[in-house]
Amino acid sequence: MKTLEITNLKKSFRSNFLIRKYHILKGIDLSVEHGEIYGFLGPNGAGKTTTIKCILGLLFPDTGEIQINGQPADSIAARSQIGFLPENPYFYDYLTASEMLYFSASLFALPQAVARERIDLLVKLVGLEGREHLKLRKFSKGMIQRLGMAQALIQDPVCLILDEPFSGLDPIGRKEFRDLILALKGQGKTVFFSSHILQDMEMMVDKVGIIINGRISRQGRLSEMVAGSTQCYEIVCAQLSEKQLAQITPHFASRDNQFIITLDNEADINLVVESIIHNNGRVIAVNPVKKTLEDIFLHEMKEVQ
Amino acid sequence: MNMHIKGLVLNTFRESARNKMFYLLVFFGIIFALSSKLISFLTLGDTMKVLKDTGLAAINFFCVLIAIFTGINLVYKEIEKKTIYNILSKPLTRDHFIVGKFFGLALTMLVALLAMASIFFLLVLLVGGGFDLKILLYFFMLYLELLIIVAISLLFSSFSTPILSFIFTVSLYLIGHIMWTFNEFKSLLSSRLWVNFTQALYYILPNLDKFNIKNEVVLGLPLHAGTILFSILYALVYILALLAVTIMIFRKREFQ
Repeated sequence: MKTLEITNLKKSFRSNFLIRKYHILKGIDLSVEHGEIYGFLGPNGAGKTTTIKCILGLLFPDTGEIQINGQPADSIAARSQIGFLPENPYFYDYLTASEMLYFSASLFALPQAVARERIDLLVKLVGLEGREHLKLRKFSKGMIQRLGMAQALIQDPVCLILDEPFSGLDPIGRKEFRDLILALKGQGKTVFFSSHILQDMEMMVDKVGIIINGRISRQGRLSEMVAGSTQCYEIVCAQLSEKQLAQITPHFASRDNQFIITLDNEADINLVVESIIHNNGRVIAVNPVKKTLEDIFLHEMKEVQ
Repeated sequence: MNMHIKGLVLNTFRESARNKMFYLLVFFGIIFALSSKLISFLTLGDTMKVLKDTGLAAINFFCVLIAIFTGINLVYKEIEKKTIYNILSKPLTRDHFIVGKFFGLALTMLVALLAMASIFFLLVLLVGGGFDLKILLYFFMLYLELLIIVAISLLFSSFSTPILSFIFTVSLYLIGHIMWTFNEFKSLLSSRLWVNFTQALYYILPNLDKFNIKNEVVLGLPLHAGTILFSILYALVYILALLAVTIMIFRKREFQ
């Protein structure tokens, strides 16, 4: 079952006194299944935020259709199922965290008792316990991001839309957010998020969509994209001289009294390992080097250019 | 009231009430209303009349300032600070947003006016005057005028910068108090086209003088129920029309 479905989404902006038209989205098609984590990847200016703004009704598409659980995304019914965390979220700095969350709850028409229960839970969940009564103008960027996540979860949404959720977070915060998103997936929630941080994305997503110049250049399951994608093999060895190693293979590099040999073919591994042992060397590890999301992304970028 | 709108109303009120500018203007309004007592000592004539005249003028001036300053910033700040992203992504319409903002401002103005009016009534009692129902009516009519000013500033704030909104709102406020000149001006025109144009402007622009009953209150002139009822009806229709235009503009607005 599809939670989010976008069909032929196009969006352009006029500028230079309405003369020139800039096509930002040139026909986006994507779908996110229920309970999936979808990573929306793309360089700056590719159209990620524009797509998200179209989903949320902040921008009006030129053409195309956006549906949340089979309902038009601009309907009240669809909106009540979405939790949204904007990029660099801005909240009213004259409110406290608790007041901000109560305000969010009121926009979903949550009864007071339910709101209180949700807020108590969410404050703990995002790590803002003890800071509920602090004015937001005293919050750091990371704390604002945590509050943003809490308000996105206020009505226990079916679908979360997160625009650059890791920005402003320190490494511990990023890890906690990753764990939280994975826990939400465990609860059956659908998560659609954009990010520049490929490592974070690689650790979490089920599906990836790469957007370049307003078009989805590649989309699919991450496991399928990287499957069978061993680029080369690395052999880590030690107790050899550079001269000895040069006789075995020219493709090596030294690091911390160790050598790393790079081989293109699997068939050469045995031969090289035997040669190392024959020269009284020590083989420490043999690693296949797989394609990463970064390699796939850079490849797509090159293809488009 | 719709729960979504209630949340917006209370938050708008909270925003205004936590703004230092709001307190400053209410404070000055009260100070100037109190200083009318001093002025009444320094001038010749009926002390009570001078006190009412200057006190009500001071309250009027500061309430109009609060209405303009809070109104012109309200929607603009939401867009500029991007807090609107968070609100419009929630299950409420843009119509809810505008209506919520308007009622939030209306509540803010009510609190400001009540604060100033209470001090003024106290002052009148202390000076030896009694409770004058006409003064209460004056504040009610002032409140209607303030609601129109709030709706005008909200309209401009929905598509313009605070500086432009300020210029537009103040211009309309000033024009609104000299609407009677339109009729005189019309009699000087010879072209039918210009006469019609002036007539159209007379009906379109806000006639704020309808809400000014200060002379009747201060000088004790009679007030006609029919005129008051017409002014109330005028205010309601004008506010509804302004909100409808604001909503129409805001529905088409995109947030890049």
